[in-house]
Amino acid sequence: MDSPSFDLPEVKRILEAALLTAAEPLPLAELKKLFDEEVDNDTLRKLLVELAHDWAGRSVELVNVASGWRFRARPEYHRFLERLNPQKPPRYSRAVMETLAIIAYKQPVTRGDIEDIRGVVVSTNLIKALEARGWIDVIGHREVPGRPELFATTRQFLDDLNLRSLTDLPPLEALGQLVETVAAGAQIGG
Amino acid sequence: MIEAVDATLAAPITPIGKFRGEPVLELPQDLYIPPDALEVFLETFEGPLDLLLYLIRKHNLDVLDIPMARLTAQYLEYVELMRQKSLELAGEYLVMAAVLIEIKSRMLLPRPPATAQDETDPRAELVRRLLAYEQMKLAAQRLDELPQVGRDFALVQVWVEQAAEQALPNVNSEDLRQAWLWLLMRANVNQHHRVTRDQLSVREHMTQILRRLQDTKFLEFTQLFSPELGIPKLIVTFLAILELVRETLIEVTQQEPYSPIYVKLTHGLTVV
Repeated sequence: MDSPSFDLPEVKRILEAALLTAAEPLPLAELKKLFDEEVDNDTLRKLLVELAHDWAGRSVELVNVASGWRFRARPEYHRFLERLNPQKPPRYSRAVMETLAIIAYKQPVTRGDIEDIRGVVVSTNLIKALEARGWIDVIGHREVPGRPELFATTRQFLDDLNLRSLTDLPPLEALGQLVETVAAGAQIGG
Repeated sequence: MIEAVDATLAAPITPIGKFRGEPVLELPQDLYIPPDALEVFLETFEGPLDLLLYLIRKHNLDVLDIPMARLTAQYLEYVELMRQKSLELAGEYLVMAAVLIEIKSRMLLPRPPATAQDETDPRAELVRRLLAYEQMKLAAQRLDELPQVGRDFALVQVWVEQAAEQALPNVNSEDLRQAWLWLLMRANVNQHHRVTRDQLSVREHMTQILRRLQDTKFLEFTQLFSPELGIPKLIVTFLAILELVRETLIEVTQQEPYSPIYVKLTHGLTVV
């Protein structure tokens, strides 16, 4: 915003057009390419927050996820949108979700680590399913005999769950609290 | 299905409830599960830790002070049920059974008072594993509750006619002029070729020359040309002579510079 001739409302409209037409979330570095002049990060962020505010109350919102900024339909309208495309995506099984949770919260982990926590063998198909979804990948090997693969969650995982970083994940229950929940055991049992 | 099972397993409540429309008159035993529901019920466990947690939470047992005898007995009954139902009984369930029995037996052994303080509770490791698993189990539930793209919300993308713009290059008047000139140029070239091929065939003239030589044995080079028929005719005739020489069908000879050039058939060759 060094240049006095900078037309901020117009810059905001350009950002809006770019974000509405983009297929992927756009990071600040990408958004900068829209302009001949150098627009600093603070100005961009300020305009993006303003833009998100401008869209408040509409069925579509501007959100900031791990890979950048993007527009999405508000979740409360999803049940209506689903009617246009009645093929409901299946929910993942508990085995998949527990494996994903362990990778997300304890990463990087090996298959052995996952099996230790779950107490059962982790099937190759399950790992493959998560890899195919683009939610986890191998980021290295643990330097122990067998050099097992180390799994971690990807940026796409965060994007798809509308999260900016792993710190946005729901907080873990403290182990102490788990012990106290004994009294309310019935609701956990199922 | 699971809700129905839970209802059956729940602590004493006056209206016991119904199963498949039939009122359930007797309070079920600890382990009573309607037979049809059993299979589904057992298969919902994600392994021995999950089953143990279920037993502990269901019966309000203290995780930190598990009554091993009771828990082990119940666990073994479930494992036995799975076996009878021929459910796929993973080896992990049997390993856990062994662990439980081992812990139980160690707790039955009297401990010398002197070492009692040093010795850790044999259940400690099991408790640690149970809590660590339960933490992740709950985390998985929370994670599953988070809205997911496609499942719980859709992304927005406004249609932009990008493809059309890319597919159509710009054209200006200069481009058109160039195209037209090029077209004209090509037309001229084509015209020439057509004249040569259609009206004056080299091979045709080769035959004519050979025929004339057949009759006269040899001819003077200039006699083969008829200037009055035009330049194209001269050129084609000349090309025909060159071709005939190349194919060694005729010989062209000259005694000395500037003397007449003679053309004759190659020795011994006759034309059919």
